[in-house]
Amino acid sequence: MTDESLEPQTFRVTRADLVRYAGASGDFNPIHWSERIATGVGLPGVIAHGMFTMALVGRAVTFWAGAPDAVVEFNVRFSRPVPVPDTDEGTEVVVSAKVKEVTAEGHTRLSLTATCNGDKVLSLAQALVRKR
Amino acid sequence: MPLDQSFVGRIWPPTAPYLVGREKIREFARAIGATDAEYHDPEAARAIGYTDVVAPPTFPIAITMSASRQVVDDPALGLDYSRVVHGDQKFAYTRPIVAGDALVCVNSVDEISSRGGHQFITTRTEVTTEAGEPVVTVWSKLVQRAEES
Repeated sequence: MTDESLEPQTFRVTRADLVRYAGASGDFNPIHWSERIATGVGLPGVIAHGMFTMALVGRAVTFWAGAPDAVVEFNVRFSRPVPVPDTDEGTEVVVSAKVKEVTAEGHTRLSLTATCNGDKVLSLAQALVRKR
Repeated sequence: MPLDQSFVGRIWPPTAPYLVGREKIREFARAIGATDAEYHDPEAARAIGYTDVVAPPTFPIAITMSASRQVVDDPALGLDYSRVVHGDQKFAYTRPIVAGDALVCVNSVDEISSRGGHQFITTRTEVTTEAGEPVVTVWSKLVQRAEES
């Protein structure tokens, strides 16, 4: 069924998450942990790694698909930063998806949306998942 | 200064094998809040057909980002990393990465372009086993933002 919407998934993101992700991924770009450096290059403040946001979207996709090896293709464009304030609450990323098509191979193409404070932070985001 | 167009189509020598550790997958899964048992528990992973704990879909970036420094850190390319942001990211999977894999990366450059003072480079990394069996192909598009005038 196309245009079917999947249950949105909400993820909380705090500064501690960014520090943990920096260590686990090896991406130590200071714009993801230093307010001074982030604002110095014109950002509103510390922002999440694009790949951290994509990882959260990946969690939603594997949840919907039912298994990590059900994901055949996964792509995003980072269209807007995800600012993460230095508070206990941090911020929230909401991931939603629509079924766009079932391909000739029987895979399901999902059109993905991620929002933070109501703004879309990704564009052209899609996943191709194998039917279980 | 524009990025060196002669990088397009070039293929770099394979990187030294990256041995995927069980604890690295667990650490990455914890960092993204992925709590399902197949990311942490080898028995649970084997029960659903993996040889060991399985990596979440974006895990390959932890290997390819460092491997692609071969390309983006080459001074001849002319990339100013302090002005770089991540534009696009794509993964095409043959199979998921599992603990125990020894993975080799072969980098190439698909495209270099510019628009409105911004410059774009798309790297492609073919991630394979040491025997050359495909695992995942990873594309990263980096944007070097225009200099403030």
